[in-house]
Amino acid sequence: MGTLLTSTESSEMSFSNELEAQGVSRRSFLKFCTAITAAMGLPATMVARVADAIASPTRTPVIWLHFQECTGCTESLLRTTHPTVEELVLDMISLDYSETLCAAAGHQVEKSLKDSAKLNEGKYILVVEGSIPVKENGIYCKIAGRTALDILNDYGSRAAAIVAIGSCASWGGVQSSSPNPTGATGVHEIIKDKPIINLPGCPASPYNLLSTILYYLTLGKLPQLDSKGRPKFAYGRLIHEHCERRPHFDAGRFALQFGDDGHREGYCLYKLGCKGPETYNNCSSILFGDVGSGAWPVGTGHPCFGCSEEGVGFTKYIHEQADVFTDSPPASYAKIDGEKAGGITVAGAAVAGAVGGVIVGASAMAAKKMKAEETAPESDA
Amino acid sequence: MNLERRDFLKVLSVGALTAGNVTSVFAGIRKTLSADAVGILYDGTICIGCKACEAACKQYNDMPPESANLEKAQGVEGIWDESYDLSEKTLNKIKLYEHGDASTRNSEENGFAFVKKACMHCVDPDCVSACPVTALTKNAVTGIVEYDKDACIGCRYCMVACPYNVPKFEYAEAIPEIVKCEMCNHRQAEGDIPACCEFCPTGASLFGKVTDLLEEARKRIKLVAGSTYEYPMRSLDEGDVSPKTVAPYINYIYGEKEGGGTQYLLLSAIPFTKLGLPELSASSSASKSEGIQHGVYKGMVAPIALLGGLLYGAYQTTKNSEG
Amino acid sequence: MHEKQALGGKLLTKPFWVLLGLVMIAGLLLIKRFLFGIGAVTNLSDGYPWGLWIVYDVLIGTALGCGGYSIALLVYIFNKGEYHPLVRSALMTSAFGYTLAGVSIFIDIGRYWQMYNVFLPWHINVNSIMFEVAACIGAYVFVLWIEFSPTFLEHRKSMETKKKLNKILFFFIALGVLLPTMHQSSLGSLMIIAGEKLSPIWQTGWLPLLFLTTAITMGYAVVIFESLFSAAALKRPLDETPILGKLSVMMIPLLVFFLLLRFGDLIWRGQLGNIFDDGMLGAFFVVENVLFLIPIIMLASAKNRMKATTLFWSSGSMILAGALYRFDTFLVAFNPGVGYHYFPSASEILITVGIISIEIMAYLIFVKKLPVLPAIKHS
Repeated sequence: MGTLLTSTESSEMSFSNELEAQGVSRRSFLKFCTAITAAMGLPATMVARVADAIASPTRTPVIWLHFQECTGCTESLLRTTHPTVEELVLDMISLDYSETLCAAAGHQVEKSLKDSAKLNEGKYILVVEGSIPVKENGIYCKIAGRTALDILNDYGSRAAAIVAIGSCASWGGVQSSSPNPTGATGVHEIIKDKPIINLPGCPASPYNLLSTILYYLTLGKLPQLDSKGRPKFAYGRLIHEHCERRPHFDAGRFALQFGDDGHREGYCLYKLGCKGPETYNNCSSILFGDVGSGAWPVGTGHPCFGCSEEGVGFTKYIHEQADVFTDSPPASYAKIDGEKAGGITVAGAAVAGAVGGVIVGASAMAAKKMKAEETAPESDA
Repeated sequence: MNLERRDFLKVLSVGALTAGNVTSVFAGIRKTLSADAVGILYDGTICIGCKACEAACKQYNDMPPESANLEKAQGVEGIWDESYDLSEKTLNKIKLYEHGDASTRNSEENGFAFVKKACMHCVDPDCVSACPVTALTKNAVTGIVEYDKDACIGCRYCMVACPYNVPKFEYAEAIPEIVKCEMCNHRQAEGDIPACCEFCPTGASLFGKVTDLLEEARKRIKLVAGSTYEYPMRSLDEGDVSPKTVAPYINYIYGEKEGGGTQYLLLSAIPFTKLGLPELSASSSASKSEGIQHGVYKGMVAPIALLGGLLYGAYQTTKNSEG
Repeated sequence: MHEKQALGGKLLTKPFWVLLGLVMIAGLLLIKRFLFGIGAVTNLSDGYPWGLWIVYDVLIGTALGCGGYSIALLVYIFNKGEYHPLVRSALMTSAFGYTLAGVSIFIDIGRYWQMYNVFLPWHINVNSIMFEVAACIGAYVFVLWIEFSPTFLEHRKSMETKKKLNKILFFFIALGVLLPTMHQSSLGSLMIIAGEKLSPIWQTGWLPLLFLTTAITMGYAVVIFESLFSAAALKRPLDETPILGKLSVMMIPLLVFFLLLRFGDLIWRGQLGNIFDDGMLGAFFVVENVLFLIPIIMLASAKNRMKATTLFWSSGSMILAGALYRFDTFLVAFNPGVGYHYFPSASEILITVGIISIEIMAYLIFVKKLPVLPAIKHS
């Protein structure tokens, strides 16, 4: 008060005041920024920029569409116990349309959707939750008289970027399970000309959503994506590569049945059908619900069923065994041709040498005597 | 030397040599599987290297863990198993094949794969032929090669004879034994299956009658890579299966013919010589060794004939001497 | 006829004390072996279950003990009585060599307290070459001491017993030729079952005959070498050079036969071109055959055969050749697989040295106390 502040500083100050009012200290806020910066795979030097992005008064418009879904992704965002996340997300963005969160309903909310899209044309982020049925012109999902397919094509074509949140929007999810009667499809198979970020998971981790949004706001571009359009910072590794029960797998300790001794000891769940070896996600690292360790399926004693992985989740049987297909064994693994002990030692060589020397020496001496005797004149008749 | 003796000796020597004509040695395939021979089919393409089989084998055969490096470094015994090969403490061993960046399982180039080493339970075992005191015998019913410590004298000839270097010796014990996999015959006696097959999570170690396992193996090597196959788990007659994607098999069953055949069979996507398995002819070394031995000593004819001649000669020479 | 006489003289000489010291060291190491297992004193491993003890103490030790066999063959079967003076000392060396080989086996095998199993009918495996070797060697040790017993009887002046023994001695002499023929060839056959683990340059179905031939030849070589060496060491005149020179001729046809058989077999199996596939093995092969060739060359001329030094070095070369051939067949050319290495440990070698020392000590005691060596002629 009374000192000259830059506009960024002043906005950050007011943001901090807001957080203080909600009982979140500045220290906690910065701790959070550090953590989320790391989760995005960004260096520590970027924490300040991330904090600025969060505090910035500019609010990106977001339209959140729901199609064939259970609303789990939205609900899990709302269920985070750490209040900052939900608050932050909703404060950083201007959520102009969400069937779950909007207070308005019916024609009123549909009008606000049309208006927001028109006002922010080409600038809004479209978040899609749920798959889009394509069979029979998409009649299996209609909102306000329009098919989901139609709605997606309309709003998707006018968005700056699309975030497909959850397995359903990423590749079809549970609806797409065989025989897929509605033709449930992921966003990226319908919209081809927009940048799409897939955040599969059932539900998708709200932290991954937050990180993605923050990344975009901080750096103005999309994070590095893998071949399936998933941010590498979250989906770059197999669950199996980062699982706390991995040492049990490596040592051959498995739970064979739920409740048996192995299961009680927390042994690996591979034999019960864990799809960790086939599933890319970071559940094992950031867990769920922000309630501490063990808050993820394997941690609670149930095998991962590959919910985020197309071809695994909702496709392979839960207790069907995963293919451990890209698991390189640890460096200390017993190799085909290992070296074994037993070779020559200094002591052995020394003794052997000494023995050899004695034999040669004694022989030489004896031969000398023999030579002397045979060249000497005969001493007796 | 008078004429009589000279001729007699000539005849004797030629006869002895002919009787032991080494070029007519019978080195063929002389033993066959017993009707109820049991065995293990190890499919390296579905093995994930988890070593549950090693852990189970140790548990059900009361074998201690190995921790040689820890003992050497810190002088303490480890509570985990850090074995690198078959040994007097380890009856089966999973080993890793790797090449290049070892990124793809079951790929010979830039890939990795696993192989399980254990007693091959040969149809014509070299160790059984070699043992002077029948400490190693081949069970007439199951075909399992079994060890009897009460007969064994610890001469370790079986270790020289085995082409796979399977029998191990307890060099560190004052009361040593020969140690090797005996296909959990103590478990089989109670109606169970070998521990490695029981605990293998993927069905890579499969128990069954050898004839049935050979049929299963022949089926597998004909499968198309990439297709799905329902792999039987634990034991062929249990009926439990686990569907998996088929890997590109090497079109060969290791153990079908090696050294006369073995009851432990292997399949892999990697050439077997790269997995440390020796290339062997279809007849065992035992058949060659016994062939020569029996050729010379058949019915003890040659030795007795020779002895006769020697007795005659020695008698003639010493009968008039005063000593 | 050929009078034998105890050499007499001081027994507890300096060399004797040194030998005793070596035996004591070996004794201590043997206590370690029996208390803590074979691994505590050897470098034997799962890849190399047989090492210095089997190869030197048993294989080479018994081959060096073939003097009695080779001489008995000449004297009692081929009736070449002129070599009779050599019999007694040859038999003695053989008796020592085989007895100590038996002791070495006892030390080497892991479950020695059950060693007699190899003679029990319900345990015997007649298909096993090892069984035949064990049975023949066991019987032969017995036969050797009986063949040598006239020396003891003479010493104790039990002439009546000696006469009675002589009447049945021919039986033991015959056995004393049959048994080594059987087991020295079978010692070679032992490695046939090693199959591809033995290099194809050494692995052949002719191993029994190759080993038998070298064993007989080594028998002659040892008789010559030992006679000359002990004469030089014990300061006795080299009276026996002429007879040894005559004896040495026997080695030539045997060695020629050996080399022809060996190379003939290599050519027949198409392995001659592969000798240098492994450089080190190729070198060992060359050395072996050169050592086998040296006696043929050195002993070719009758004049050279009359020289003690020629006899000494040529027989020494033959012994080395036979010894190296056995080392190579059982150890050097034996390849159990990648990663295995073997070289005897210091303790292992010292135990062998101790056993050799006992042998030398026993030799000294016997020649000095018993009528073994020919009486020294005085002018």
